[in-house]
Amino acid sequence: MAPRKKTAAGATPANKAASDDTMTDGPREIGERDRVTLQKITDLAFSALAEVRRGKNPALSIPVRALSNVSFDQEAGLIRLGESRQSRNFFHLKQAKLFMQTFLIAEHCKKLIEAGATTSIRDIYYGAKHSVAGTKENTFEEQAESDPIIEDLEVTIDALREELHLRAENRGAMVGPMTIRDTGDTIDLRRMGSGGWSIPSIVEDNRIEFMKTEAEYILFIEKGAVWARLNEDRFWQKNNCMLLHGSGMAARGTRRLLRRMHEELKLPLYVLTDNDPWGFYIYSVIKQGSINLAYESMRMAVPQARFLGLMSSDAERFNLQANVSMALKDEDSARIEQLMRYDWFAAKRWQEELALMKKTQKKYELEALSSRGIRFITEEYIPQKLRGKRGDSWLD
Amino acid sequence: MTTEALIQDPEALKPAGRRASAEAMGAKQRDISVSEFFTKNRHLLGFDNPAKALLTTIKEAVDNALDACEEAGILPTLDVTVEEVSDGRYRVRVEDNGPGIVKEQIPKIFAKLLYGSKFHRLRQSRGQQGIGISAAGMYGHLTTGRPVVVVSKIGKGRPAWRVEVRIDSRTNEPKQLNDKNDTVTWEKDHGTSVEIELMGLYRGGRTSVDAYLEQTVVANPHLELSYKPPKGPLVHFPRVSDLLPPEAQEIKPHPHGVELGMLIKILHESGRRHVAQTLMEEFSRVTQPVADELCKRAGIDPNAVAARVDAAKIEALHAAMVASNAALPPIKKFASKVARSDGNLREEVLEEGTGFSPTLADLVIRRGGLEPTVKAKLVTPMMVEKLYASLHDSQVKILPPPANCIVPVGEALVMEGLRRRFKGEFFTSHTRPPAVYRGNPFVVEAGVAFGGTLSRDDSADVLRFANRVPLLYQPRACAIHEAVLKVDWKSYGLQQRKGELPVGPLAIFVHLASVWVPFTSEAKEAVAHYDEVVREIRLALMECGRKLGAWVKAQQAERWETQRKSLFEKYIVELAASIHSITKVSEESVKKDFTDALPNHVRIAIAPVEGAAPGVDAGGEPAPGEGAAEAAAGPVEAEAEAPEPKASRPSERPPDMGDDGDGEPFYKDMTPGNSRQLVLKVRSKSGRK
Repeated sequence: MAPRKKTAAGATPANKAASDDTMTDGPREIGERDRVTLQKITDLAFSALAEVRRGKNPALSIPVRALSNVSFDQEAGLIRLGESRQSRNFFHLKQAKLFMQTFLIAEHCKKLIEAGATTSIRDIYYGAKHSVAGTKENTFEEQAESDPIIEDLEVTIDALREELHLRAENRGAMVGPMTIRDTGDTIDLRRMGSGGWSIPSIVEDNRIEFMKTEAEYILFIEKGAVWARLNEDRFWQKNNCMLLHGSGMAARGTRRLLRRMHEELKLPLYVLTDNDPWGFYIYSVIKQGSINLAYESMRMAVPQARFLGLMSSDAERFNLQANVSMALKDEDSARIEQLMRYDWFAAKRWQEELALMKKTQKKYELEALSSRGIRFITEEYIPQKLRGKRGDSWLD
Repeated sequence: MTTEALIQDPEALKPAGRRASAEAMGAKQRDISVSEFFTKNRHLLGFDNPAKALLTTIKEAVDNALDACEEAGILPTLDVTVEEVSDGRYRVRVEDNGPGIVKEQIPKIFAKLLYGSKFHRLRQSRGQQGIGISAAGMYGHLTTGRPVVVVSKIGKGRPAWRVEVRIDSRTNEPKQLNDKNDTVTWEKDHGTSVEIELMGLYRGGRTSVDAYLEQTVVANPHLELSYKPPKGPLVHFPRVSDLLPPEAQEIKPHPHGVELGMLIKILHESGRRHVAQTLMEEFSRVTQPVADELCKRAGIDPNAVAARVDAAKIEALHAAMVASNAALPPIKKFASKVARSDGNLREEVLEEGTGFSPTLADLVIRRGGLEPTVKAKLVTPMMVEKLYASLHDSQVKILPPPANCIVPVGEALVMEGLRRRFKGEFFTSHTRPPAVYRGNPFVVEAGVAFGGTLSRDDSADVLRFANRVPLLYQPRACAIHEAVLKVDWKSYGLQQRKGELPVGPLAIFVHLASVWVPFTSEAKEAVAHYDEVVREIRLALMECGRKLGAWVKAQQAERWETQRKSLFEKYIVELAASIHSITKVSEESVKKDFTDALPNHVRIAIAPVEGAAPGVDAGGEPAPGEGAAEAAAGPVEAEAEAPEPKASRPSERPPDMGDDGDGEPFYKDMTPGNSRQLVLKVRSKSGRK
């Protein structure tokens, strides 16, 4: 009992107090949306307190974010989060720290909302990191510990990341025949030079507004390098399309932006990725949502998205030589097996494509198309794909 | 011509004329005195190098002093002084409060080899042969030219004689150098002081004088010792027990252990007595029926005059006497060994059996209708059965020797001794009932000290004792060391690599008490590997190990409880700060709510610690007397079957951890075994130990 008394006197560590100052920079009006989020956080804390006062083991009920708890909604074409939840107890050797960390993050989000500030998830990691009173142990040792806690908090109180005033780093870029308003600034996406407009992690309509556009469709490309090639060729101008890339797996901001453009501007979405299981999966996340963020599929997925390739069957169709292929690695093969078991890859054509990749033991990067000429991708490949038939030149 | 041929044919070396005549050679041939022999073979007595010479000298003097005090019923108080007179030259003085020595005996005791009271009797004592102290004096004189200086006084008002003496190594006779009536004034009522100057080397470590004296103190709780080392201050070990060990009884030899030469000597010196009568009077446990039966087996008339029995008959008698101590392995094991053997049957019997001499082996084999030299692999299972029947027929039932001749330290005093030497947290000890090897009764005691200031990273400290004398040299050649290795210390919660000593804050005490300790050599450095001896030591150690294991586990459980408790307590502080910030409920109040609920969910009860209390497990010492002795052989077998600690080993249970986030509160399924795993896992997540 003695050590507890001792640490009580010290209360909050110094670095914690310092971060308080930076966040409370002046009073402000709290909006309705923020008020709801604040209430959710406060309710969470009071319910834990009520449980412990009754001598119970306080618990957080967290929806399970794992394959076991998602299902593929065939009709809507979405991955949906199931009902199962896991309990996170404080009086549990393995969970005590996680429980404490969840409230630490909740506390910091509450302060952010009250201050009307938004910070990155890296900022909040540093803000919440300090040594546990009286020990050399840190509340968080690395950001990899705080990131999942944030996701836990989102699902537990059913609040979106942006509602918690958190954002991730900008990732991905966009150009195309459209003018937008980004937090008050008017931006002409036709005049973005070679780099494009960097896609922020929060793209809700209170921040990003779509204005005048001539675009007829959206082309999403996995890789920045291939995107740069198309931008250089002014592909978007010639074909009247919005051109985006996601620097690999599309981040939340990019996915939300795709969804909004598809929904609000009624633009069809085409996806161009490498011919390997990872590329296929990037497409599936954009189309149906992901396992980890299944609770946000509703607002991020674009079930009508179409896959423009690269398909294994394209090698023959576009006469790609064997020397531009790459051999599958063990991890690739293992991933193929996994994909083949996912419900959202159950369609016959996808199973055929995966089986073909497995059979040939070959994968192709988008750049392999350059073996047919620098402009082959813009002048031959994409136009031909867009003209072709479903299930033949493009997949659902 | 090769060198080999030269040696085989000395004449070839010098064809012309002889080099020495038989007369000339005869003039040079004479008795080699024992002392001359040992001068040249000093390593046999432990004087092989300067460091060992210093230790052996002190050891012999201390052993003698303790034996004398105990025999006279005096609680020993010893003063040991070692000073470096000049570089490499040391003066050793050992003074006791013993009974003193009568004036006439002093020179012989300190300057005549093989002179003493201990060799001719079978009784437990430190010294055995009467060589040690005279050899030390001889070594001192040889290296420094200084005589042994003895002062001794046998009672109040009697003179304290001062004797300067050296050994004449040609004749093995003492030579007193000072006036035979020299006396000094000595305030002691009685006692003896011996001073020897020698070339030596004082150093630290496992085989140092300091280590020897410290260990002597452990095995002799009734000893008060003051020690002044060459460097550093005087060390004083106060007495921890006022109880003298009970006086060891002298016994006659037991038939099982008798050697042929000794039997011949006994029979030849029996005067006009009959064989049966001689056997009954000269050996323990030989009654009229036993004597008659032995004679019958040997084909001797029990009423024949013992001194006239011929050599062949004596050999047969000897075989009959030792036969009942011989044993072969289980018949199936032996039969399969024999079938795969390349040797002859005699070799197999000697190899696989215990207690066989070649004569006995031949006798038993012949009685089974076989030839000792027959190829073993030709022996059929049926013939093996006949062999076993023959062994059984050859054996005369003889009671094991009485055990009242053995004086163990006793469980309580072993722990006291360990406490005096080690600042440990846990002590335990165990004394085995008496057992027998080759007809010699012996008792094994073991003790352990654990924790405290003992080093955690080193191998266990093994303290070996024979008749209370520490054994410092040749640990690897010693049966005690072997027995320590044979114990599975891992099952008692310690670390141990295969074939190595356990590692941890552990000191292991093993004492072998016997009328005749089976040393591997005259230097008395290591105990010989008799199966019976190794087994007894192992059983004693296992008993100590079990108690230690229980304590270690209880300690671990307690530590885990504390760790668990502190884990929650530190997170409560953090959690209270966050909840306060969110709800504005006061931090103190939140903290109190969580702390109050903690005991509902975390088991903080501390398991009772077994065997930790001093003296709790110190059982009674084996009661002296015939009754205890007769029971000796029985319980030995029974305890050999004692269950090894395999049944309950919570620490070895596989860590049984649920999936992440199984939500099951840990206290529902928690044993000390997996709780540690849990604690470690939580900690490793935060990247710290």
